[in-house]
Amino acid sequence: MKKYTVTPSPHLRSGASTTRIMFHVILATVPAMAASAVFFGWRALMLIGFCAVSAMVWERLCNLLMKRPDSTNDLSSLVTGILLAFNLPATLPLWCAAIGTFVAIVITKQLFGGIGQNFANPAIVGRIVLMLSFTGRMTDWMIPNGVDAVSSATPLVTGDVSYFDLFIGRCGGCLGETSAAALLLGGIYLVAVKVITPHAPLAFIGTVYALSAITGRDPIYQILSGGLMLGAIFMATDYVTTPSTKMGRAIFGMGCGMITCVIRFWCSAPEGVSYSILLMNIVTPYIDMLCRKRAVGGIYRREKKEAQK
Amino acid sequence: MRLNGIKLPHRKNTENCETETMPCPEKVVISMSQHIGAPAEPKVKAGDTVKVGTLIGDADTRMTCPVHSSVSGRVSRIGEMLLPNGKVCKTVEIEADGRQDLDEGIAPPVINDKQSLAAAVRASGCCGMGGAGFPTHVKLDYDENKTHIDTLIINAAECEPYITSDYRELMENSDRVIGGMKLISRVLDIRRVCIGIEENKPRAIKLFREKLADEKGFEVMKLRSSYPQGAEKVIAYNVTGHIIEEGRLPSDYGLIVMNSSTVGFVYDYSVKGIPFVERRVTVDGDAVGKPCNLRVPVGTQITDILRYTQTDIENMKRLIAGGPMMGISLYDPSLPVLKTNNAFLAFKSELPPQVQTNCIRCGRCIEACPLGLMPCEFERAYDRADRTALNRLKINLCMNCGSCSYVCPAKRPLAEKNQLAKGFALSPE
Repeated sequence: MKKYTVTPSPHLRSGASTTRIMFHVILATVPAMAASAVFFGWRALMLIGFCAVSAMVWERLCNLLMKRPDSTNDLSSLVTGILLAFNLPATLPLWCAAIGTFVAIVITKQLFGGIGQNFANPAIVGRIVLMLSFTGRMTDWMIPNGVDAVSSATPLVTGDVSYFDLFIGRCGGCLGETSAAALLLGGIYLVAVKVITPHAPLAFIGTVYALSAITGRDPIYQILSGGLMLGAIFMATDYVTTPSTKMGRAIFGMGCGMITCVIRFWCSAPEGVSYSILLMNIVTPYIDMLCRKRAVGGIYRREKKEAQK
Repeated sequence: MRLNGIKLPHRKNTENCETETMPCPEKVVISMSQHIGAPAEPKVKAGDTVKVGTLIGDADTRMTCPVHSSVSGRVSRIGEMLLPNGKVCKTVEIEADGRQDLDEGIAPPVINDKQSLAAAVRASGCCGMGGAGFPTHVKLDYDENKTHIDTLIINAAECEPYITSDYRELMENSDRVIGGMKLISRVLDIRRVCIGIEENKPRAIKLFREKLADEKGFEVMKLRSSYPQGAEKVIAYNVTGHIIEEGRLPSDYGLIVMNSSTVGFVYDYSVKGIPFVERRVTVDGDAVGKPCNLRVPVGTQITDILRYTQTDIENMKRLIAGGPMMGISLYDPSLPVLKTNNAFLAFKSELPPQVQTNCIRCGRCIEACPLGLMPCEFERAYDRADRTALNRLKINLCMNCGSCSYVCPAKRPLAEKNQLAKGFALSPE
């Protein structure tokens, strides 16, 4: 008898795929890449390229070592590499960057089971490890458009950069985080193609704005400087390490905003975006538990007991 | 609150195909299990002569509809068949003589109250024609001391891609459908009758608005084109705002939801008395040479339909009974047409290969589920065999609409896992 393909329903699938989502994210990082090239020069682009390639190499090596199927084609490691590069100063030596991508891909992601299984954002962990290990090199900000390797401080510390320079990104900082305009453009693109929902970024940025205003600091300066835009748009919206409901994402964003402000205002560290996201990554399962959706027409145990009374 | 829904391609290629009547097949195989509920027992034996409408199967159980012969001819044997759901049931095979004589006993029923309506509907062998196939008489058999039905919802959403059989009923037999609406609302004393039609069928909406313009208590509701708009709970909520809670029936809220073709059939039966022996099916798909709507006797073998519609049976790879979202893949094209089949889709093409990755927790399945369930959590709970979690997440409410699998970018088999998980959660520990 002739054989037919018998599969469970549905017999129709949408065109969405993990690879396509990651491709959209990569497209959304292009404006920020361009801005980094403009302000920090060719070295920035080279660092981004190096991080992207080394992340994919680590991923492939892990696949081979762990005898897992090739997962480089889902492009998620490429995204991690680019985002990690965005968190590095343009002057960072390549071997440091390689350590960063190793921590991100091998330790944070693959050792926990690969895509979808990691509890913390790989790029954030990579950055934090580099920051703690090579504090000097990691804060060796270059003055944009100036002579190579002239050290300066981040505008979060100096506090003397104009709003316009902060907005377009003409200030010291990590290579991908300075240009709020380019990052916003990417964020709007991601919302438009429905890759992310705006809940977490809006809650994050809104909370920082509100807390800065309440504590008498300049709110616009706070939201435009440091890694806030990068963190809110690209890191706090990572699917794997943030809650999966809209409500949960809003709570996640608010939590990130609060921790960021506490670190920025009252701790010795100048910047708190990465720590805040890492800390909120850890509580994500609890937020998810808290925001579990109620089924339409579902009767839950407590209500049943009340009904029996 | 708006229930979630997803956007699907419509692909209503056959919407303008007037229903053709297929020539009587030489042989029909009538399954004794036509719909959900208990199967019927054959009431004839090999060698008996039957006519169109002769009772050939019945049972005393509540969830059973009688089965009638769809052709005139001779019973060749009582056989068995493997249903697509894996169960085996008895069949009555009849060799048709081609004359299609009506049974002498056929006479219009007397319908004057709820009991006689339910009895007549049961005698007609009618079950829901939208796909799920809930026996219609059970819907009408509510306890009138406990509940009063105030709204009759006619489900003409037809939200699945490809299928146009209900749409053709609306366009060709609008008077029949309206007659059925009037009959049921009059007998059951229902004040509000609402026919819900998806906005992708503007001509049907216009036609019914015109025809029902002067009728008091009758309304046409334009529904958003969002899948699964035609699911009973979804359409009931969108029309009346009532959320049907788990374990309860629409009649507990004063609602009856009936498919438009079913209502049309009930009216036809009340006038002519011919039981459920034929139905309209949409035949479509890229292997079908002549996509169309066909009126076929129940029990016609699908091969006959495929041949009549010039289907490339040689190169056909997939055959689906029903729509692409909830339909069942058939393993054998010689299976017979059931009362619940509203479409047959034959494809030469396979589904493009689906690259599966781990769940990336994007939450799309949560945003898609019309009942606000969390399919990704079901999958995790099922994989760790956690009955408690599955029950807490309300796996029992999943209606297998397939939206979660459709939207999943990681191509997880969510709908499939949901069904497995449901069986697991309900199984004894």
